[in-house]
Amino acid sequence: MDSFWNVLASAVGLVFAFDPDLMEIVGLSMQVTLSAVAIACLIGFPLGAIAGAFRFPGRTLLSIVLNALMGLPPVVVGLLVYLMLSASGPLGPLGLLYTPTAMIIAQTVLVTPIVAALTKQVVEDLYQEYGEQFTSLGVGPLDRVMALLWDARYSLLTVALAGFGRAVAEVGAVIIVGGNINHVTRVMTTTIALETSKGNLELALALGVILLAIAFAVNALVMTLRASAVRAAYA
Amino acid sequence: MRNLVQDTASTPSISALPDTREVLLETRGLGFETNGHHLLTDIDLQIRRGSRTVIMGPNGAGKSLLLRLMHGLISPTHGDVLWRGHALNKTARKDQAMVFQRPVLLRRSARANLKFALGVRGEKGGKRNGLIQKALTAAGLSHLANRPARVLSGGEQQRLATVRALACQPDILFLDEPTASLDPASTAAIEQLILEANANGITIILVTHDTGQASRLGQELIFLQDGEIAEIGPAHGVLKIPQSAPARALRDGQLFVKN
Repeated sequence: MDSFWNVLASAVGLVFAFDPDLMEIVGLSMQVTLSAVAIACLIGFPLGAIAGAFRFPGRTLLSIVLNALMGLPPVVVGLLVYLMLSASGPLGPLGLLYTPTAMIIAQTVLVTPIVAALTKQVVEDLYQEYGEQFTSLGVGPLDRVMALLWDARYSLLTVALAGFGRAVAEVGAVIIVGGNINHVTRVMTTTIALETSKGNLELALALGVILLAIAFAVNALVMTLRASAVRAAYA
Repeated sequence: MRNLVQDTASTPSISALPDTREVLLETRGLGFETNGHHLLTDIDLQIRRGSRTVIMGPNGAGKSLLLRLMHGLISPTHGDVLWRGHALNKTARKDQAMVFQRPVLLRRSARANLKFALGVRGEKGGKRNGLIQKALTAAGLSHLANRPARVLSGGEQQRLATVRALACQPDILFLDEPTASLDPASTAAIEQLILEANANGITIILVTHDTGQASRLGQELIFLQDGEIAEIGPAHGVLKIPQSAPARALRDGQLFVKN
């Protein structure tokens, strides 16, 4: 095995060579992760806002379930989605198994509870402040949810970021439902696992470097946006 | 049933003629109890259209609670709140507005705060824009219209909250110590808005600790003590010749502590 620094140098070389295979893997990773986070936000933001702003039967149970699902084991989710999408499963006829769509579904299942539970907390805190004013103004349920989500938008960026972090680092579920098929469902995390097991450390490390860089870049972008908002006193 | 204006017959400062103005809001045996504690007991009031009523009393007397009950933010455990003779409901609340002690402003611009409130009340398009501009002008905030509401000064925020409430064109405006933490200039600006609103026919119910403000704004005064009405009548009468011990203490600038 080469020394660590030689492997690292080769990995950096691969990154800056913009190797087509590498770029394809990175592109698919981003496509799957961003799609899953977007869908999770579309479901989780309103769900969390409703749980945070309204009192209804089953609200406590919903909160417990959401909090519990935040710690869902990815391989269990992968297995459940696999069973749903497999030929003998209820969604088998759709032929989604071993496609990027299956990976998006698995990641969405993992990320949605995180987004919903954190959104609930953010909205609940905001509603403590807004509740009486909304009632006084006669704000209806839909307008309440929309207003709370809009006014909490910068805090919700952080929530989405937490979901992104979970999704982009995910390997267990996507390898089960995606199958890690070259040029079809191979993403950064699954490739790192595969290439490491094959001893191809340059590619694995190159992907690791890119994964870290993306994570840092996204975090930096969101934090900058949030800081700007705080400066403008919106947050 | 306590009728503020009828009570005035025994006092020299208000005409003894019966008030024929519509009873806008009425409370009957109104009370609120929680965990066995009676926070408000047997409140009977009639608020007539166009009047200015001030509620005073020490901390914990139930002033803000009474305001919230009358506005329907809290449901009473005893008695009723009637709006134009009918039970207060969500529809009736649209004829009312409230300004809180600490202005609750959305994390948006001053203009957007007004736009949101008017949108909720069903105002759209050009009419809404006109009302927004009118409100901003009334508050002296036209030049700050696009500034985030939460970076405005305390006085500006409370003026915005007040004109936002007034822009909804309520029949009655509840104000819960709206000038509690404001300087004299800001207080004067808020009081001016209140008086102008009242001159335009809006009924005012104001909670305050400030006897000067009660004197300047109040036509009728309700003095609460321990969740009950200790004294009620024309504001100048109650402030000048108070009948109850806590109201006398307030007039004399003394600390009234119940044994």
